[in-house]
Amino acid sequence: MNSTTMAAVRAGLVRGRTELRQTLTTGQDLWNYFLPTVIFLVVMFFMRGATVPGTNFSLGSRTLPSVLGMSVAFGLVTLAMGLAVEREDGTLLRAKAIPNGMLGYLIGKIVLVSGMVAISMVLILVPSLFMLDGISINWFTLLWVMVLGLVAVLPIGAVVGSMFSNPRNAGVVMLPMMGLVAVSGIFYPISSMPEWAQGIAQLFPIYWLGLGMRSAMLPDSLSAAEIGESWRHLETIGVLGAWAAVGLLVAPMVMRRMARRESGSNMEQRRERALQRVT
Amino acid sequence: MSVDGKNVLDIRDLRMRYGTKDVLTGVNFVARPGEVIALLGPNGAGKTTTIEILEGFRMRSAGEVSVLGVDPAHGDENWRARLGVVLQSWRDHGKWKVRELLGHLGLYYAPYSTDRITRPWDVDELVAAVGLTEHADKRISRLSGGQRRRLDVAIGIVGRPELLFLDEPTAGFDPEARREFHDLVHALSDADTTILLTTHDLDEAEKLADRILILAGGTIIADGSADELALRMSTEAEVRWTIDGQRFVHSTTDATTFVRQLFRDHDEQIADLEVRRASLEDTYMAMVRQFESGEQEEAVREFEVVAR
Repeated sequence: MNSTTMAAVRAGLVRGRTELRQTLTTGQDLWNYFLPTVIFLVVMFFMRGATVPGTNFSLGSRTLPSVLGMSVAFGLVTLAMGLAVEREDGTLLRAKAIPNGMLGYLIGKIVLVSGMVAISMVLILVPSLFMLDGISINWFTLLWVMVLGLVAVLPIGAVVGSMFSNPRNAGVVMLPMMGLVAVSGIFYPISSMPEWAQGIAQLFPIYWLGLGMRSAMLPDSLSAAEIGESWRHLETIGVLGAWAAVGLLVAPMVMRRMARRESGSNMEQRRERALQRVT
Repeated sequence: MSVDGKNVLDIRDLRMRYGTKDVLTGVNFVARPGEVIALLGPNGAGKTTTIEILEGFRMRSAGEVSVLGVDPAHGDENWRARLGVVLQSWRDHGKWKVRELLGHLGLYYAPYSTDRITRPWDVDELVAAVGLTEHADKRISRLSGGQRRRLDVAIGIVGRPELLFLDEPTAGFDPEARREFHDLVHALSDADTTILLTTHDLDEAEKLADRILILAGGTIIADGSADELALRMSTEAEVRWTIDGQRFVHSTTDATTFVRQLFRDHDEQIADLEVRRASLEDTYMAMVRQFESGEQEEAVREFEVVAR
């Protein structure tokens, strides 16, 4: 790597860190951190008495790692929305006007979203540990599932974000995400789902992220409640790895195409459209 | 001077077509190092398209374009580092503080420092140069419209560009901010920055630009200093005077002859004499009007040929 690229990589890291710090001092961002956290904690609190079918293990404790896996998957939405918003408001165009600015921008975005995911996870995890029983964390597994999961979902988020020129339309990505959450065994074991739903769920990262996190935080005996009565680490690596490979291949192409079309006049048009909506 | 002493901008027969619509039909001009050039023209004449092609943000349809000796369609990051683009911002980077953002963006330019030019611009000096010192630690979302425009300019020059593009830089400035901005442009140009700006404020163009280009109908219809353009158009000057307290106004293309005759006729009765040369605005309006009527005549001629 030459010195100019290195400078951009370093600038990107600084950018990610700065923007992450900004989320901790901005009301809207704090609200976005805490609202889902409170909802999940309440859900798990009321589920703690119920048991996982066929065992006497707390359903609430089983939900905790599943929710953490889901938080990683939702990094996709955070990235997609961020990209769509910053394309509209001109952040991306500024990056384009700077030497190696797009590289720095992208690295900054990855650092920011990864950091936001990590913060959300800690916010959910820490109070849960006081509230729920039976959790014992294998940090190594947790870490590789999280990192592989981010590598799998963030490029997809970048592709989705590049496809919407209007950030208000990018919100539709929430619908399929919610549908997948429903069938992916996050709040209730997937074995209770019809087989076709299980089939669909196993094509997407959310299920595997939930499974991977459960394998990192639950006693091994709980694997009996999973498909194939196993944590299926190899399959987890296979599916998440496949998403990562496809994403890393497609995302640069889609993003380059999107970035090439950015110009001041395009942005001006979007601004006029957005302002018209307000008035 | 640029390293090789060549033209900073060299545009020959630049053409741009969107679908079947020709927006630029052959634009030619050059810019020398340190020159300030104002690109004027009616809305839709292709000013923004031209600038975006030169910035490397838009592909041209045809023609030869050289920006700092490089074809912008193939400009690399090294080339990009020598350009400054002032973008009309809106609400980007709202959570960043002024000093924080300028310092951050400067990081990208550091490896492009040369013996001649130290990049990036020192943040405190830059903030002072655009008059934002008091607001340096404010969040950008809290800046007023005028302060944001100053920040846009600061972002455009943080890498100490050799060539700076300013698309309507002072839209929304109050008169004081405008004056300060003009001083900044003069300072930049004294430091040998070449500047290409578009504006609708003809008074501003006259004050800032060494040379004025008028773009109409997809081509440059005039290229010269404000004085040269006024001479070329031999636009009318306005002569005002009073005789026994009564006011008179007369328009003439030859003010000197008229005033000489006036004194011959009335001599000492004349008071409050004032000769107002045509402003750039008058010249501009005359040129655009002449061009548009010429275009109409052309269309009529073509129509007649076809009809025959």
